[in-house]
Amino acid sequence: MSRFEYAPAPESRAIVDIKSSYGLFVNGQFVEATDGKPFKTVSPASEEVLAEVSEAGPADVDKAVRAARKAFDKVWGPMSGKDRAKYLFRIARLIQERARELAVLESLDNGKPIRESRDVDIPLVAAHFFYYAGWADKLEYAGVGDDPQPWGVAGQVIPWNFPMLMLAWKIAPALAAGNTVVLKPAETTPLTALAFAEICQQADLPPGVVNIVTGAGRTGQALVEHPDVDKVAFTGSTAVGRAIAKSVAGTHKAVTLELGGKAANIVFEDAPIDQTIEGIVNGIFFNQGHVCCAGSRLLVQESVYDEVLARLKRRMGTLRVGDPLDKNTDIGAINSAAQLAKIRELSQVGEDEGAERWSPECELPANGYWFPPTVFTGVSQAHRIAREEIFGPVLSVLTFRTPAEAVEKANNTPFGLSAGIWTEKGSRILWMANQLRAGVVWANTFNRFDPTSPFGGYKESGYGREGGRHGLEAYLAH
Amino acid sequence: MPTDTQRLEVRKTYKLYIGGAFPRSESGRSYVVNNAKGKFLANASQASRKDARDAVVAARKAFGGWHERTAYNRGQVLYRIAEVMEGRHQQFSLEVSQSEGLSISKARAVVDASIDRWVWYAGWADKLAQVVGSSNPVAGPYFDFSLPEATGVVAVLAPQDSSLLGLTSVIAPAIVSGNTVVAVSSFERPLPAVTLGEVMATSDVPGGVVNLLTGSASEIGPWLASHDDVNAIDLCGITSDDEARDLEIAAAGNLKRVRRPAEEDWSADQGLSRLTQYLELKTVWHPIGV
Repeated sequence: MSRFEYAPAPESRAIVDIKSSYGLFVNGQFVEATDGKPFKTVSPASEEVLAEVSEAGPADVDKAVRAARKAFDKVWGPMSGKDRAKYLFRIARLIQERARELAVLESLDNGKPIRESRDVDIPLVAAHFFYYAGWADKLEYAGVGDDPQPWGVAGQVIPWNFPMLMLAWKIAPALAAGNTVVLKPAETTPLTALAFAEICQQADLPPGVVNIVTGAGRTGQALVEHPDVDKVAFTGSTAVGRAIAKSVAGTHKAVTLELGGKAANIVFEDAPIDQTIEGIVNGIFFNQGHVCCAGSRLLVQESVYDEVLARLKRRMGTLRVGDPLDKNTDIGAINSAAQLAKIRELSQVGEDEGAERWSPECELPANGYWFPPTVFTGVSQAHRIAREEIFGPVLSVLTFRTPAEAVEKANNTPFGLSAGIWTEKGSRILWMANQLRAGVVWANTFNRFDPTSPFGGYKESGYGREGGRHGLEAYLAH
Repeated sequence: MPTDTQRLEVRKTYKLYIGGAFPRSESGRSYVVNNAKGKFLANASQASRKDARDAVVAARKAFGGWHERTAYNRGQVLYRIAEVMEGRHQQFSLEVSQSEGLSISKARAVVDASIDRWVWYAGWADKLAQVVGSSNPVAGPYFDFSLPEATGVVAVLAPQDSSLLGLTSVIAPAIVSGNTVVAVSSFERPLPAVTLGEVMATSDVPGGVVNLLTGSASEIGPWLASHDDVNAIDLCGITSDDEARDLEIAAAGNLKRVRRPAEEDWSADQGLSRLTQYLELKTVWHPIGV
């Protein structure tokens, strides 16, 4: 098949103004870290240093928590829901106004294609604030009693795969419910959170309501373990989630955890084939596969296996890997050298364990962190690539004969975050949806998100929901 | 000594209730249960680690069938529990009176409240999805809805003080939504729990849905908290803060849903929190198109 030649269509980065260094955002001001050291955040597509960022130490985290406590006691807690709502609406509008800038900044710092940051991440960020803004003065209708109360200070730790979207998932419901927050963005993707701090200033949000402490695991640990934090919310790996669950044991802290996944994407023989192929591609290659709910285990009914694989491979051959700021790019950069090493290691394990590896011919840029879209066939349920979260553009393919076998294989995992079903038969969709032990089931679609739609996992994928009325509940004492 | 006019009563052997059967502890252990004044009442089976594991196996086996029943059916089964308890009112009243040192009239009131609690929870079976589920107006051509579903096997360390009303109040909200339960009764007041097991066995509750172990929550708790096939744990029967913390740490191994111990008034009306504690929310998306 001949390829269309594309002219590069880069989005201009002139729209963003990245400072050479950033402090922490505490009590409404950018401040120097007192006991931390600076670290660098780089563009994963070029390894270019974007900025120097402060690493918050325990004393900095303590200051941030104190600021949040004071704001909760004096300002945000006593404020009417109506006024909290208006601040959140303001923030939503500011995000919309600055959407292009935030999308470029996100793609620079994270490596994701501008097409995704522009069309998915940032619009959803604004939508989340807009949705939860409207809840702030309607809490008595949230289903947790007549007089729902916030927990107090929320300590929130978010991952690098959807930096600003995860910030929105955490901060919007927390503030709507009347909590104040201290949020730690991921070490490799702090810049949009710091831009959000400026947005809080532009919105005249009272000081201390939102505090942003940058840093790595040590900073997150100090935040989660701070005795004056009332509510802990974490999105990230199951290993860290487990450690957090242990560290809050015996305390009064409420916890929600959104952890790893190994979603089955199940294709029946009667599935609409073109949509299905697009769905498989979207399921695993969206955001370079850095998605906790990625459809990383493809289960294909045996009778259509050959056709699905042939078409999938042909489609993978048309995916464009490269410059995240190019509007033609389908797959951007792997977020960090460490993540790239992990993807390489697990892919090697896949080969060593006997699965067959395939990637289309694909020229990768010389600098930065890159991994080609990859599919493994001949995968058994016992293979590590069928059990462990790879968190990269790597798909494992297994087969099944009957719906019951599909269910058994899909549920044969300690995770339970998401699943996909592809079939034209409505009754089968509903039967499968009932049987699958997963918090989000996409039927004839995949990787859809919306602020009104609760998201979260079963089993070792964590507990609590984000999004919708249920996401609000997580920030109300009950 | 009986006289000609006084019949010698047939006493009951108090055993465990696992998978619909009444075994003694595999360990062969039993312990003395006294009444509130220290007078001997019975020897209860002292459940072991292995009994707890057997109970988890039974609970897991029962889970699929129980949570796939219609909500209407589960509601009727819970209501049936209330019906059968009513028939054993006198026996429960006597055991609660002896166990908790209450006058017989106060014990009767506790049994009344326990039966009424089963009725209250029975009615929730087919309303939960409407109250805690939702249809979600997403910004796109998709039908998107969220439904509650049972989390799986729930371990319950039942209250130490309230031997029947407390026990009822922690088991009923777990099973009504389709979970199955392994419960460790009050250590010093286990007799009403054993009798409740006998009610379960005769109330159309499938074997394994409720498993009742008599014995020490401190001894059995750690095995349940660390068990990888248990999905949630209620620590309300743990009275030591340190023990509760250690159990919560053990429960983190497979990310169990943990309910921490808290002051509870078992006589008060219950809210939704125990029901929703053992629910997962499942959100389903489907495109809309022609």
